[in-house]
Amino acid sequence: MKKKLGIAALLTATAALVAPGVASAATLGELTDTVATRGSELNMVWVGIACVLVFLMQAGFMFLEIGFSRQKNVGTGVAKVLVNLAVVTIAWWAVGYGIAEGGSGGVDEAGVPLPGNEIFGGSGFFFHFDQLVAGAPVNGETAMLMLFGLAFCAVSLAIVWGTTLERIKFGAYVVYAAVFGAVIYPLIAHGVWGGGFLGDVGGKEVMDFAGSSVVHLTGAVGALAALLLLGPRIGKYDANGKPRAIPGHSMPLVGLGVIILWIGWFGFNGGSTFGTGENLFGEVMLNTQLAAAAGVIGASLAIYLKGRTLDVGMAGNGAIAGLVGITAPSGFVEYWAAPIIGIVAGFLVVFAVLAIDKVLDDPVGALSAHGLAGIWGTLAVGIFASPRLIGETAAPGIWYGIFDGDVAFGGTLGQLAVQGLAVVFTFVVVFAISIATFALIKATIGLRVSPEEEDAGLDISSHGMYGYPEVFIPQPEYSTGMPNTMAGAPAAAATPAPAQMAATETK
Amino acid sequence: MKKIEAFIRHEAFEPIRTELLDKGFPSLSIVEVKGSGRQKGIVERYRGSTLTVNVRPKLKLEVVIEDKDQAVVVETILKHARTGEVGDGKIFVLPVEEAIRIRTGEGGETVLQLHEESEISG
Repeated sequence: MKKKLGIAALLTATAALVAPGVASAATLGELTDTVATRGSELNMVWVGIACVLVFLMQAGFMFLEIGFSRQKNVGTGVAKVLVNLAVVTIAWWAVGYGIAEGGSGGVDEAGVPLPGNEIFGGSGFFFHFDQLVAGAPVNGETAMLMLFGLAFCAVSLAIVWGTTLERIKFGAYVVYAAVFGAVIYPLIAHGVWGGGFLGDVGGKEVMDFAGSSVVHLTGAVGALAALLLLGPRIGKYDANGKPRAIPGHSMPLVGLGVIILWIGWFGFNGGSTFGTGENLFGEVMLNTQLAAAAGVIGASLAIYLKGRTLDVGMAGNGAIAGLVGITAPSGFVEYWAAPIIGIVAGFLVVFAVLAIDKVLDDPVGALSAHGLAGIWGTLAVGIFASPRLIGETAAPGIWYGIFDGDVAFGGTLGQLAVQGLAVVFTFVVVFAISIATFALIKATIGLRVSPEEEDAGLDISSHGMYGYPEVFIPQPEYSTGMPNTMAGAPAAAATPAPAQMAATETK
Repeated sequence: MKKIEAFIRHEAFEPIRTELLDKGFPSLSIVEVKGSGRQKGIVERYRGSTLTVNVRPKLKLEVVIEDKDQAVVVETILKHARTGEVGDGKIFVLPVEEAIRIRTGEGGETVLQLHEESEISG
C-alpha cells in the first residue's frame, strides 16, 4: 500500500510537469486523473499476468505430486487439483475474500465506521460490482486483486495435500477445501496483509512480501494436521519402524512440476508488488531466481554429502525450498542476501526430509519444503531486510543492526521477534482449525480409504478408472474379445479350406 | 522333442535370435522375467531411504526343437550369452510330449521344421 501512495505522488508530479505544454483545454486536475487511471491500468495488467502465472502453479503441484506417486495413484492427483481449485474458488468468492480483505474496523474520512476488525474482515461477501468492500466500491481493479488473492489461496491449499497422497478419501478434499478457502487461509491473510493485528505489533509490522508464512507455512501446517490423523501409507515402515522407500513412478514428471512451479513463482513473488511502480518487480524476480538456484545447489550438495548420490527428487525439493524461503524476503532484501537465503533453505530441506521421514510419511516433502523453509523465509526477513526496501513501520534485519552503525540493534531484534510471532500465530491458528476439521471428517465421512482400496490404488478404487490404463489392462483385446485388427490378413486367407481341415483330422 | 528354456541377459537376445534364424530355427518366444540367483540385487536410494530389490530383470528364451538339434541350439546360446561374469543365466532342457500347429491342426516334429519359401509367400 505504501508503494501505491508513492506511485500516485510520482504520477501527480509527472502530470504537473507535462500539463502546461500539452493542452490548454484540459485542466491540470483532469490530466492528473487521466495519468492516475492509466497508472492503475498498467499496474493491473502486470497483476493480471502475474495472476495467470500463479494459477499455472496448480499444474506444477499436479505433476510434482503425481510424479512422487505410484502408477496406481495418478488420475486421482488430476481430479484432486481440479476439484480443489473449483471448491476453493467458490469458497473464496462467497466468504473467504470478505474475511481476508473486508476491512479491519476504524472510520473513513467522513467518520463513518468501517466493517471488520483486526481478526477478520466484515464486507465483500459474495463479491459483486459496486459492493462496498472496506468502505470502497468494487471495480475492475478490486476484482483483479480479488482474483490474485484467490490464486494465492489455491496455492496454499494445494500444499496441504502433499502429505496425504495415495491413501486419503476424496471427500476429505472437498470438505477441507471449503473450510480452508472460506476461513483458514483468509484469517491468516487478514492477520498479515488485510489490516489485521500483525500489521501493527507494538508499532512494527510483520513483513511477509509474498507469503512464506501466510501461504506456504499455512499450507504445510494444514498438511501436518492431515498427516497426524491419517497415518503413513501401508508398507512405509517395516516391522522395526524403519522407513522404507516407496519410490514415486516418474522423476520426469517431478522435474516438470518443479520447473512449472519455479516459473509460476515469478508471478507469485513478482506480482506481489501489485504494480509496476519503480520496477520493483524486477528486483523481486531476480531475488527469486537467485534463491531458487541456490536452493538447488544447497540441496544437491547436502544429499550428495549425506549419501554420495544426487537424489533427483531432492534437487527438486531444493528448488522449491529456495523459492519458499525467498517468498517473504523477496521484496525486502538486497540481491546478495537471496542466494544465502536459498542455500540455507536447500540444506534445511534435505536434513528435514531425512529426519521427518523417520517418523512421518510425507511423500513429497511438503512439511520440509513449505513448512520449515516457510519459517526460515519469514525469519530471514528479520535477518536480512534492507533499510532501502522496508516500510516505515518496520525495522531492518539484525544483519544491519550488527554491521551498520546507523541502525539501532534493539529495533532489528524487535523486528525479528515480530517475524517469529507471525510464525507462531500462523501455526497455532491453522493447526487448531485444521486438526478440528480433519477430526470431524474422520468421525463422519472418514479420512482414509480401506487397506484393500489403498492396495488397489485410488485411481480404480476412488474413481473407477486408471490414470494409466495400459499399465493395468494390457491389451483391449484381452478384455473385450474384439478381433485384433492389426493382424491384417483377409478372413478368407486366414481360414483353412474345409477339405484341408478334414485331411488333417483324419491323419 | 525338447524345449530349451534359457534365462539370459537382455543384450544377449538379439545375437542369439539372429544366429538361430540363420541356422534354421525361426520359432522362439521370450518372456521378460524377474529372478534371483547368485548375482546380487539392486539397491535403490530414494530420498534418504534405501530399497533393495533382490530380483533382477532377465529374459527367458523358449525354443522347442527336435532332439537332434539340441547341441547346436545350446551352443548358440552359450556362445552369445556368456560374458564370464556372475549373472549370465542358466539353460534348462525339458522333454516335450507333443507339438501341434494351431492353423492346420497338424502335429508331430513337422510342426518344428522350417517353412518352405512357397508356403510363406502363399
